[in-house]
Amino acid sequence: MSLTSLAAPILANADQFLVDGKHAVIAWLVHFLPVAWQDVITGGLSILLTIAPITIGFATLFALSTWLERKGLGRIQNRMGPNRVGLPFLPWKLYGLGQPMADGIKMLIKEDIVPRNADKVLHFIAPVALLVPAFLAFSVIPYGDGMVPINLDAGLLFFFAIGASTELLVFCAGWASRNKYALLGSMRAIAQMISYELPLIISTFSVIMAVGSLSLVAIVDAQAGGLAHWHVFTPWGIAGFILFFIASLAEANRSPFDIPEGESEIIAGHLIEYSGFKYALFFMAEYLGMFAMGGLAISLFLGGYHAPFAFLEGWVPGLVWFVGKLLVMIAMFIWVRGTMPRLRMDQLMNFAWKFMLPMSLLVVVAAGLWRFVGGGWVGWLICGGLIVAPYLALSRGLFKARHWAKREYRYAD
Amino acid sequence: MSFPLFILGVLTVAGAVAAMTLRNLIHCVLSLAVSFVGVAMLFLRLGAEFVGFAQILVYVGAVAILIVFAILLTRSGGVEPKPFLNSQWWIGLAIAIAVFGSLAVAIVGSKDLTSVALAEKTAPVKQIGIELMTRYVLPLEVIGLLLTAAMLGAVIIAWQEGDRK
Amino acid sequence: MLGTGLIKGMGETARNFFGSYVDKDRLPTQEYPEVPAQLKENTRQFPILVFDGEDPDKGLRCVSCQICEKECPPKCIYIVKSKDKKPDFLGKPQIYPATFDIDLSVCMSCGICAEVCPFEAIFMDTEFEIATADRFGGLLANREQLAKPNSHLQKIHPTMAKEIDDRRADASVKAAAKAKADAESKAKAAAAEAAKPKSEPPPPTPASTAPVAS
Repeated sequence: MSLTSLAAPILANADQFLVDGKHAVIAWLVHFLPVAWQDVITGGLSILLTIAPITIGFATLFALSTWLERKGLGRIQNRMGPNRVGLPFLPWKLYGLGQPMADGIKMLIKEDIVPRNADKVLHFIAPVALLVPAFLAFSVIPYGDGMVPINLDAGLLFFFAIGASTELLVFCAGWASRNKYALLGSMRAIAQMISYELPLIISTFSVIMAVGSLSLVAIVDAQAGGLAHWHVFTPWGIAGFILFFIASLAEANRSPFDIPEGESEIIAGHLIEYSGFKYALFFMAEYLGMFAMGGLAISLFLGGYHAPFAFLEGWVPGLVWFVGKLLVMIAMFIWVRGTMPRLRMDQLMNFAWKFMLPMSLLVVVAAGLWRFVGGGWVGWLICGGLIVAPYLALSRGLFKARHWAKREYRYAD
Repeated sequence: MSFPLFILGVLTVAGAVAAMTLRNLIHCVLSLAVSFVGVAMLFLRLGAEFVGFAQILVYVGAVAILIVFAILLTRSGGVEPKPFLNSQWWIGLAIAIAVFGSLAVAIVGSKDLTSVALAEKTAPVKQIGIELMTRYVLPLEVIGLLLTAAMLGAVIIAWQEGDRK
Repeated sequence: MLGTGLIKGMGETARNFFGSYVDKDRLPTQEYPEVPAQLKENTRQFPILVFDGEDPDKGLRCVSCQICEKECPPKCIYIVKSKDKKPDFLGKPQIYPATFDIDLSVCMSCGICAEVCPFEAIFMDTEFEIATADRFGGLLANREQLAKPNSHLQKIHPTMAKEIDDRRADASVKAAAKAKADAESKAKAAAAEAAKPKSEPPPPTPASTAPVAS
């Protein structure tokens, strides 16, 4: 048997290597059990073997992305990032890849300070409970062909519902600290998250309209076939992707929208009174939220786990494409962070309500028109014009309409 | 009565009871949010995916925060603990028993109640959309009108606040 | 148009990012312990005493004038004059410091001592890796520890050292020429006196030949 004929069945199923691997492991493990328990254990093992790689994988990606971020920001700022920490007790420096490990150990061994007047139960629960929506959001994203943990019919709605429940926990965190500034910071954080939720959700309406379903698996399937079918290469797709990207930066409290955790503004806002591992948990929840939004953006606009060209489909696993696109999204997040200064709170709110909300509504109208006009250069002209012309008019108008109000002093009576 | 349904029921009722009895108002709101989540999970158990997720999105994501803002804006200066039972507690108990009794009789004695705990098939979102656009379009438009009125009212109030010197 | 500034900014950061791998100007980081610190010429850290030639005792330029001790703001210099004299580079006998202590833990590297020294004896060194675990005298430098040869000064402050060396070379040439001229005229005067007969009264000592310090 030649090498190619040996390799052919593997390559044909390379896409499914994880799924096949999981079934193989379950079949092997169940072997050792008495027959009466086999069904129950199979179900439980299947769930465990689905959840564990996702949890471990994204936690590892979190550690890796902190390293990527520090190196990336360093290079953007004409300096090297951390490059000293390698593996413990070994002489190789490994370009600083051991830095996340060192940071994790540092966070773990820090003293956990809880203020005396703080609400102890809430103070403890807030960071822990904040991780729950972050991890739940990963359960509806398709990572490959047949590799979605739960195939929900209303998957997209589940995702946004989970994102919305983050806000209450952010408030919990700020309130539990019994600190004026923490409360102020968490109020601002909630205001920011609510304001940007609208453009976030409305910019996905265009995708839902184009596909006709709320299920992420159906949305990704509708983008099969190569670059031309991806949603990002339509006029409403480009605008929708940009709006979604900006709104997800704001939802994740990420620069340039990181007023809630800005060091020089409000000294970490709702995170003031948290130290050590709880702070690390907040940090982790923020990054995991970022990854989830990135994964959603990929599934909605960038073709999910499909390859850019049809001939690459199948023998290069879909997971590879998904992770590659996710790394590109992370690089974009880091790039934007390194470029733009922080927005002030009122600038942020104005941007959300006066600019992004009208633009996202226009994107929805453009997506509907695209369906009627049918695509092609006429569609590009009409839908593109429908988005670009109001964009120019709105930006010019908002810029000119800025008026500097005379400062008013209101005294407490 | 299956075990998961029992757990969900206990969670929802416990959240509601805690919302009524806890001293700290913010704790009350948070346990109310827990009971909202319990209701959402009951919806999911019945197979109504869309309604369950919408419940979380609207109630936990917006209404709970609204209640929190309302508490913080109207009770500045900390939350004072109130006594648990006021002097007319027995009237409240009587009314509660009457309402609960009538509802229970109506529900248990209704013809549509079957003993199947789980729905056989879940209502797809597409079906909900079609129904909303054909059979229930009038309530949809009326709700839209209502929301517009609420938004206009909020804008007008904020406008006057800003105009007031 | 809204957004062009942002796009230009993103382009600039991308240029920085990729440029930092190929262009030295976009990554000016020096990885310090592996790469020795590349210091400018006018770096100043802690003072040193400079001596000419090989022998620190014979060539030390410091004449113990104590101006640096008086001008030092935190008063970290302690000088004790010697009882005897030794010749300097021009040949004149000068006193030298028997004790010259600088407490480097007090020194604030202001460089005032180097600025005010009239004898070009004390300069600011560029050596900063002087950390020690001995906190009871580990940073108290005495005259032997502070004395560094002129070649060291030429290495760390080349232009300043060159200018000082040129000046001192000129001065020493002039002094040597002057000393020779003085010796010649003295020899001539002695010879003229020896050749005169004893009866004539000796000519008055000319005040014009009083030596002028260079």
